[in-house]
Amino acid sequence: MLPYLEAEHGNPSSSHRAGRAARAAVEQAREQVATALGVAPLDVVFTSGGTESDNAAIKGTAWAARTAGRGNHLVTTAIEHHAVLETVQWLADHQGFELTVVPVQPDGVVDADRLLDAVHDDTVLVSVMAANNEIGTVQPLEVIGPALAGRRVPLHTDAVQAFGRTHLDVAGWSLSALSLSAHKINGPKGVGVWVQARDVPAQSLLHGGGQERGIRSGTFNTAGIVGCGAAVELAAQTMDVEVPRLRWLRDRLLSGLLAVDGVGLNGHAERRLPHNANVAVDSCNGEALLFALDMAGVAASAGSACQSGAAAASHVLSAIDAPADKAHLRLTCGRTTTQADIDTAVEVFGDCVKRLRDAGGGYL
Amino acid sequence: MKVLVAMSGGVDSSMAAALLVEQGHDVTGVHLKMAATPSGLPGKGCCTLDDARDARRVADRLGIAFAVWDFSAAFAERVVDDFVSEYEAGRTPNPCVRCNERVKYAALLDRARAVGFDALATGHHVRLRRDDDGTAHLWRAADADKDQTYVLYMADQRQLVATLWPVGEYRKSSLRAMAAERGLLTAAKPDSSDICFIPDGDLAGFLRPRLGQRAGSFVGPDGLTLGGHDGAYRFTVGQRRGLGLSGRSQPLYVTAINGRQVHVGGRERLRCKRLLARGVSWIAGHPPITGHQPIAEHPLLAGIGLTAQVRYRGRPLRCEADIVGDVAQVRFPDEQPESVATGQAVVFYSGRECLGGGTITKSWPVT
Repeated sequence: MLPYLEAEHGNPSSSHRAGRAARAAVEQAREQVATALGVAPLDVVFTSGGTESDNAAIKGTAWAARTAGRGNHLVTTAIEHHAVLETVQWLADHQGFELTVVPVQPDGVVDADRLLDAVHDDTVLVSVMAANNEIGTVQPLEVIGPALAGRRVPLHTDAVQAFGRTHLDVAGWSLSALSLSAHKINGPKGVGVWVQARDVPAQSLLHGGGQERGIRSGTFNTAGIVGCGAAVELAAQTMDVEVPRLRWLRDRLLSGLLAVDGVGLNGHAERRLPHNANVAVDSCNGEALLFALDMAGVAASAGSACQSGAAAASHVLSAIDAPADKAHLRLTCGRTTTQADIDTAVEVFGDCVKRLRDAGGGYL
Repeated sequence: MKVLVAMSGGVDSSMAAALLVEQGHDVTGVHLKMAATPSGLPGKGCCTLDDARDARRVADRLGIAFAVWDFSAAFAERVVDDFVSEYEAGRTPNPCVRCNERVKYAALLDRARAVGFDALATGHHVRLRRDDDGTAHLWRAADADKDQTYVLYMADQRQLVATLWPVGEYRKSSLRAMAAERGLLTAAKPDSSDICFIPDGDLAGFLRPRLGQRAGSFVGPDGLTLGGHDGAYRFTVGQRRGLGLSGRSQPLYVTAINGRQVHVGGRERLRCKRLLARGVSWIAGHPPITGHQPIAEHPLLAGIGLTAQVRYRGRPLRCEADIVGDVAQVRFPDEQPESVATGQAVVFYSGRECLGGGTITKSWPVT
C-alpha cells in the first residue's frame, strides 16, 4: 500500500505513465481477489467497504430486475448484518418492494426449506449471509444456492465475516453477488469488494465517470485497493493453516468459558466459524462484564454499538430468542491470538463473572 | 487510584475528569445513557447525541479511556416512573435526588466498583472533607450559587468512601476559565437546567399523556369547593397563576395538594410552621440528635444550630427537629419557609456542612 500513499500519485483512470502504473496495481489486486474467490476478474468491483457492497448488490439487482419487469419481491433472513437488513427494509418502505424476512432456528441457522418456501415467481433477489458476524453460524448456502439456481433466482451473500475462515464456493452455490470487507481480514479500513456476476444486471448506486463496468463510478482508492488485494490473497493462502489453528484455540476458549457455572453457548456448535465463541452468562450484566473484561485486558463485544456509543440490543440474539436478562458475549480469535492469550482470557472471564455476581447482577 | 468519572458532556464533569488526570489518577470517562432513545436534537436536555459526543471529545482531549453505559432501563424504572407516580399521588418529586439515590450512587457506583474502579467521580458542586479516622463529611460547594448538596443528602459513608467530587472546590466561573485554558470544547457550554428528561421544560405536557384527564376540585381554606380542574399534577404548591380562579377579593395560591383536591388559600397559608419527613438518613450514619434532646446540649450543633432547606435553591432556615428512627418532625421557630411541597426533600445543615435529610410527607401551615 505504502508506495501508493507516499510516491505513486497516478490516477488509475488516466492514460499517462503514472496512471498506467496505478491501473496495473488495481488490476493486480482485482486478479488477487478473483483468484481467491474463483471468479472472473471482471466480476470484481471495488467499493468503500462491506456496507457499500451490500447496498450496491441488493439495490442494484432489485432495481434492475424490477425495471426489466421480473418482479419486486426480496427475501432475506432475520440475522443479516444491518447493511443488508436496513437496505431491504428501505426498499420495502420507500420503493414499494415486497419483503420477506425469514426467521432462523434457535441454533442461529436458517431452515433452508423454509427460506425456499418464501421464494415465489415475483422474487428478484435472495440475500443470505455466508456466516453470521455475532454468533458465527454458517448458513446452508450449499442447499439454498443450487435450489435457487434451479429456479433462476439470484442469490447475494454477505461474506464479510466468512471469508478466510470458511470455504466459499461461489460457483457451486451459484452466487450472483457477494460482499467482502478488507478490514475483517486484517486489511485496510474503507475498502471492500462487490462481486457481481455479469449475467445478472445491476443498476448503479453511484453515477459518474463510469469506472468498474459502469456500475460503480468514482476514482479508484488505489492504496486501499492494493491493500485489499494483498489481504484477500494472504487470507486465502493461509486459510488451510489458519483455520485449524483458530478452531483449536476457539475450542480451548469455549471449553474454558463453558466450564463456568451458568454459561451456555449461543448458536450452533458445529455449523459456526472457527474463530467465533458467543456465550450467554446467567446473572450478569453484559455491559458491566464487557467493561470488566476490558479493564483486565480482554477485548470482547456484545451486540453492536448504537449512535451514542452504548451497546444496542442485538437483533441477532433476539432472532434466536436469547434471554435479555443474561449477558451475551462474543469472543473471537485472530491471527495474533496465542494459547497463552486464551488461557488468560478464560481465567479473567471466570474472575469477572464471579466478581459481578458477588456484587449482585441486575442493573449492575 | 483507578477512577471512573461520569461525564455528561457539560463543563463541570469535563473539568472533574481534567482535575483528576492532573492529580495523577488513572481516569476513565463514562457517559450514561439515561434516555431510552437519545433525541438526536442538538443543544437541549441531557443524553442527547451531542452530549455523548462532547463527552467523548473531552475524553479524547484528556487522553483517557471512555465508554457509554446504558442505564436507561434503571433510569426509566427508578426515576421516571417514580416521578410520574409521585405526581399522580399529588406530590412534587425531585428526580435528581432519586437519580443520585437509585442510579448514580446505586447501580453506577456498584458497577464501577465491581468492574475494578477504586472510586466514582462526578461533576457535582459539593465538597468532601475527611476526618483523620476516615469519616467523610459533605460540605456545601465553594460556589454557593451552584451548591448541590441538596440532591446528595442521602449519601452514606459506604458510598462516600468511594466518591470524589473535585469541582466543588472551585467557582463555576473559574471552572469555565480552566476548561478554556485546557482547550476543552465544553468550556462555554450553557448550564443545564430543568429536568433532564423534560428538555423543553413543559412538565404538564410530559405528564398529560401519562396521567390523562384526572378531574378534581379546588378547595378553599374554609373547605368549600371553588371550582374544578382536569388534573392536580398541573399544579405545584405556591402556584398562583393559571388556576382559573380569578375575581376573588385576594389572590389565591395552591397551599396543598391532596389526591385530586387542590387546596388554595391566601398567601399567609403558604408559610409552613412544621413538617414531617420520612426516609430520613444521615451522612454520618446516625442522627446528630435523637428524640427531644435540646440542640443547645448537642456538641456539634450548639452555637451553630441546625438549619433545614426545603427546596433545591431555597435558603436554610433555623429549625428544631425531633428525630425518631427515619422519621423527623421539623419546626421553624424564627422564619418559616413558604410553599413547602410534599415529595421534595428537607435537607439538614450545620453551617456549611450537610448532615442528611429526608422526603417531606406532610406540612402544616402557620395559620
